[in-house]
Amino acid sequence: MEIPYTVEAHPETGLNNGKIGIWLFLTSEVMLFGALFATFIMLRIGSDGNWAAMQAEAELNIPLATLNTAVLIASSLTMVMAWASLMRGQLGRFKLFGWATVGCGGIFLVIKYFEYTAKFEHHHYPESNTFLAIYFAMTGLHALHVIGGMAWNAYFTGPGSKLFHTNRQWLTDRVEHSGLFWHFVDLVWIFLFPVFYLL
Amino acid sequence: MSEHVDIDKQVRIYVTVFVSLFVLTIVTVAVSYLDVSVPVALTIGLFIATVKGSLVACFFMHLIDEKKIVYWTLALTVAFFIALMALPLLTSVADQVGEFAEVEAHEPH
Repeated sequence: MEIPYTVEAHPETGLNNGKIGIWLFLTSEVMLFGALFATFIMLRIGSDGNWAAMQAEAELNIPLATLNTAVLIASSLTMVMAWASLMRGQLGRFKLFGWATVGCGGIFLVIKYFEYTAKFEHHHYPESNTFLAIYFAMTGLHALHVIGGMAWNAYFTGPGSKLFHTNRQWLTDRVEHSGLFWHFVDLVWIFLFPVFYLL
Repeated sequence: MSEHVDIDKQVRIYVTVFVSLFVLTIVTVAVSYLDVSVPVALTIGLFIATVKGSLVACFFMHLIDEKKIVYWTLALTVAFFIALMALPLLTSVADQVGEFAEVEAHEPH
């Protein structure tokens, strides 16, 4: 039995299954991170003026975090370029940009690893203070999303790209959907970066 | 994203958005070194982050040219998100009002 509306749009919504599915998933993700941002606000308000001291004690590395922001922004560009390459029917360029996106995700995680290990060397753990608790919770959850996005993109750039020869539009749509998730991960970092490192 | 797109034009937009995001990141870091009060720094920082987030959502996520059902779904999400953000702030205001009322009640008339 063939599943309807995998490629063609549903007449009611104007969207195919994958597109509506990814947007519904992203709305749930907004609420997931939203709950943590609300927790952050509550902790900051309730810190009785100790927030700046806890933030200073954490000694977050602003140059490394700025570099990570640039890496994620660059990965968002390579992601849309991968999709644009498929729209042009260029499989080779799609793979180049696809692997570049996965590579940027890898660089982001390596930098994050150095940041985390520097914290642990200074005996800064989630239980050390309220700031570090929410810092590790939110950046850790974000890093898990980066890993998920890398796996998703690696599949479509690698074995999943065989679909190009049998159903090119389906692959193009799937890459657009994985791109939506990847850009969302970038978007969350755009807010995490100033909130934890700069403000 | 609508089915008929001028992909060359799209690519030019993507590169422009990328450069804008890069510049705004530098601005965000530069502004954090300004000697301003915490509320002003928070306002400026979050304003720039919102501009950057909007650029990503509108152009990289193609929200500038999406179907109505996506907009309605997101509008509902934004409403719940705002409620979620407002809850801790309302709690804080309620605490302050409570403390004020307590002080008023104990003050001799």
